[in-house]
Amino acid sequence: MAYDKFNILTSTGVPLPIENVDTDQIIPARFLKATERKGFGDNLFRDWRYHQDDSPKTDFVLNNPKYKGKILVGGKNFGSGSSREHAAWAVYDYGFRCVVSSFFADIFRNNCLNIGVLPVQVSADFLQKIFAAIEEDPQTELVVDLHKQLITLTTTGESESFDINDYKKNNMLNGFDDIDYLLNIKNDIEAFAKNTPL
Amino acid sequence: MSTQKTLFDKVWDSHVVHQIQNGPDVLFIDRHMIHEVTSPVAFLGLKNRGIGVLYNQRTFATADHNTPTINQHLPVEDPLSANQLKALEENSKEHGISYWGLGHSKNGIVHVVGPEYGITQPGATIVCGDSHTSTHGAFGAIAFGIGTSEVEMVLATQCIMQPKPKRMRININGKLGVGVTPKDVALFIISRLTTSGATGYFVEYAGEIFRNMSMEGRMTVCNLSIEMGARGGMIAPDEKTFDYIKEREFTPKGAAWDKAMAYWSTLYTDEDAIFDKELNFDGSLIEPMITYGTNPGMGMGISNDIPKASALQGGVATYEKSLKYMDFQEGESVKGKPIDFVFLGSCTNGRIEDFRAFSSIVKGRKKAENVTAWLVPGSHKVEAAIREEGILDILTEAGFELREPGCSACLAMNEDKIPPGKLAVSTSNRNFEGRQGPGSRTILASPLVAAAAAVTGKVTDPRELMEIQMA
Ligand code: SF4
Repeated sequence: MAYDKFNILTSTGVPLPIENVDTDQIIPARFLKATERKGFGDNLFRDWRYHQDDSPKTDFVLNNPKYKGKILVGGKNFGSGSSREHAAWAVYDYGFRCVVSSFFADIFRNNCLNIGVLPVQVSADFLQKIFAAIEEDPQTELVVDLHKQLITLTTTGESESFDINDYKKNNMLNGFDDIDYLLNIKNDIEAFAKNTPL
Repeated sequence: MSTQKTLFDKVWDSHVVHQIQNGPDVLFIDRHMIHEVTSPVAFLGLKNRGIGVLYNQRTFATADHNTPTINQHLPVEDPLSANQLKALEENSKEHGISYWGLGHSKNGIVHVVGPEYGITQPGATIVCGDSHTSTHGAFGAIAFGIGTSEVEMVLATQCIMQPKPKRMRININGKLGVGVTPKDVALFIISRLTTSGATGYFVEYAGEIFRNMSMEGRMTVCNLSIEMGARGGMIAPDEKTFDYIKEREFTPKGAAWDKAMAYWSTLYTDEDAIFDKELNFDGSLIEPMITYGTNPGMGMGISNDIPKASALQGGVATYEKSLKYMDFQEGESVKGKPIDFVFLGSCTNGRIEDFRAFSSIVKGRKKAENVTAWLVPGSHKVEAAIREEGILDILTEAGFELREPGCSACLAMNEDKIPPGKLAVSTSNRNFEGRQGPGSRTILASPLVAAAAAVTGKVTDPRELMEIQMA
C-alpha cells in the first residue's frame, strides 16, 4: 500500500521516557482481531491509557492535554517483542508520523518503515536533551528533516543526524513501497525460483 | 577477506535474488507460514493491488493464535475471532493455499506443526508473521518473523527486502546439571544479554550443550532468540536433524533426499569464518531459571534473590516500575511465593518432550489446590503422543486436565486469560505486562519448574522434588 510522503516534519513531541516499551503495551493482543487496518489508534497503549473499566488513567501522557504532536519520543529499546505490524498501525492511526528513541527493536523498525512512520534513532544524550526540553516546555518543537537526515531541537538549535539506508529513504520521500519495487523485478524472481526446488 | 563462511552466510547468500546498493537485499523465501491474525490485511492488500499469490505451494496456513482450547468442535463464540478464522479459511481457499484449520488433524501452533510435517528444512529461508518463527532455525534454516506488509510481499513476490544482519555466535560448553533444561539455557543467555543485546544480529548457537540437545530442545532455544532482540537463531544441522526430518510429509524422498542431503551436509560454519561478535558461557554454571520482572531479560537462577536496583547501570525507573507491577521487592527471593496459575504450552515449550518433563515431576503427586493449571499441547500430533505414551494417565491421576492445541495463554487472545493480579508460572516466552491477560503477572520457567509449582502451589526448585524421587 502506498503511503504518505515524508519530507520535513515539524511538531511538538509526546514523551514516554520508559525503556523496553514492548509491542504488547503498544497494542495488547486482544485488540488484534480485526481483519481490516482500521481503528487501532483507539487502543494504542490501551492498558497504560485506560483502567479496566475504560476510564482514562489521568497520569498517562496520552491523557495529558499538555502533550500533543506527531512525534512520539520513547525510551531505549522501543518496540521489542512481537512482529505484529498492528503496533506500527496503532502508532500511525493515533496520528504519529515519527518515533524517536535511542534504540529500536528490529521488526518494529521495519514495520514502521513499511507503513510510512519514520523511526529516528538518536544518541542516548540527545534523547535525554529532548526529554528535558519537552518537560521544561511541552510546546517545544522538533524538526525532522528526512532529506538531510537531521533532527533538530528548535529551542536550543541543537541537532543530530540519523541513519536510514538510501533505498528506504527514497521510498519514504516518495511514498513508494517494497512491493512496487519487487513487482518490477519479477522476471529475476521467477528465474531464481526455477532453480530453487520447493 | 577470508572466503570462509558462517552457516548463516551460506544460507543467506544463496537466497539473494538481487542486491540494492546501500539498501536491503532481496531475499527469496522458500517457505512461508501464515495464521489468522497477521494475514487478513495482507490478503486485503493483494486484492487492492489486483494481484494474486505468486507461488501458493510455498505458503502454509494454520489457525492457532485465536482458537479456543476447549470444545473446538463447537462454533467459535467470539464473533471477532470467528471472523478472523473465516478470513483465513476463505483466503487460503481462494488462493489455493494448504490450510490446516480448527479441527484439522494437522492443526496446531504454526512453529510446532512446521517441523512436525517437514515443512521446516535445513538451509531453507522461512518466514511467518510471528516473531517466534526463529524456532525453525533449530534445523539450520534462516527463519524469522515479519510484519503484515511483508506477509503481503511474500504472498505477492515470494521475496522480502531486508538488510543483512550481523553475525553473532554463542558458544556454550560443559555439561548441564540435573533439572536444567534447554529453556533454562535460553533464559540464562537472555538474562546475560538483555532483551536488546542481540538486536541487529543473527545468532548461531554452537558448542557441546547444543550438540547434545534434542531437536525439541534446540527449537526451544532458537525460539527464544527473538527475546534478546536477535533477528533469529540457528544451529548447524547434524545427524539428529536429518533423523528428525526424514520421512516427514514435506521432506524430499528417494533421489531428491540424497541430493538434499549432499547440500545439507555443507551447512556448517567454516573453521576460520569470522563473526561480528562471539560470546562464550560455561553450561555447568546454569541452574533452573525463573524471571522476576516484565521482560524475558529479567531472569535469574531459581536460588538467587532479585537484584537490587542500585546494582544496575541506568534504567532504574523502568526497573522499579517493573518490580512494582510484579508486586516483588528488590533483594527478595521468589522461591516459595504462592502462585495461582500454571501454563504449560506455546511454541516454546508445547512439544512432547515438554509434556514428558512435566509429567516426570507430577507423577505420583497431586495438583495443588490453589493452582489452576492449563496444559495445552502445541498440536494434535503432540496431543496424540501424550495419549499414546501414557502421559495423559499420569496427568489425570495427578488431577490435571489436558486442553486442545493452540497458542492459548501465551498471548491470551482467546478465552485463556490469567485474571488481573494473579501470578502464573508459564512455559511460554513473554512476561510482558498484561501479556497473559490484562493485569496478569508472569514468571517464565521450564516445564520442570512449572510442574514443581503446579504440585506444591508455590515457586519451587524442581531439583528438590527430583531428589525425593531419586531417594
Ligand atoms: S505460542 Fe505464543 S509465541 Fe508461539 S506462535 Fe503462538 S502466540 Fe506466538
